[in-house]
Amino acid sequence: MSESDITLYRLQACPFCERVVRKLEAYDLDYQSRFVEPMHADRDVVKRLSGKRTVPAIVDENTGVTMSESANIVAYLERTYGEGEGTTGGVA
Amino acid sequence: MELDFDVVDLDPVDHPEEGDTAPDFTRPLVNEEFWEDESLASLCADSDRVVLVFHAMDGAFPATYIWNEIRDRAWHEQATVVGVSISTPYEHKQLLEEREIEGDYRLFSDPANGVAQQYGIDMDLDGMAGIEEPRPSVFVLDSDRTVEYAWVAQEWPDFPDYDEVEAQL
Repeated sequence: MSESDITLYRLQACPFCERVVRKLEAYDLDYQSRFVEPMHADRDVVKRLSGKRTVPAIVDENTGVTMSESANIVAYLERTYGEGEGTTGGVA
Repeated sequence: MELDFDVVDLDPVDHPEEGDTAPDFTRPLVNEEFWEDESLASLCADSDRVVLVFHAMDGAFPATYIWNEIRDRAWHEQATVVGVSISTPYEHKQLLEEREIEGDYRLFSDPANGVAQQYGIDMDLDGMAGIEEPRPSVFVLDSDRTVEYAWVAQEWPDFPDYDEVEAQL
């Protein structure tokens, strides 16, 4: 079930992850959640993707972007899918 | 297992039979690194043969025995083999690790037992109020989810006929 272009690596009940989820939902973006290990040292899958073991991390197949840190992700989502981009800014 | 007394008989149930299409479902599927919602249909579409193994909750001895046996028989070399139990994803991760089957097998987490209900194989557990789980069952499916082989326990406890399942792979 990996039809979504955006994959979100997250940890259950992690507030930083929920922050990103809120943004994904606000922009009505389809995403697939992958829940990882609570133990930081065991999160090899995230490390392989982003170079860090922190979550949240997203992989966006639309743009080829892989990114961690919730503030960075939120800024990225705003830049890429928010107001001023896409339909409203598509004239130029 | 030969015992000098009768074990508990289970009532016959109406479950998917050979030739039927197995009900589709989506649940968190746990691998060695993460879990994500996955449908049975997409697992089947990606594989010529899927073996769906319903078993007792992780930690109960039947779950341990079944996965030791499947691991030793290396069914993963011939099919996509996935388990289903009412245990949480966290417990599934532990089972994968303890049975040393990480990377070869994955487990669906179904704490509310809804998948077993869909398959008509849900079973109350005496002495554990409010908890139900699937009857021990094995379904071998082709890529269209057609049932090629079905075994559902008639008594409790009961174990699959591993040779019979293996003959289907």
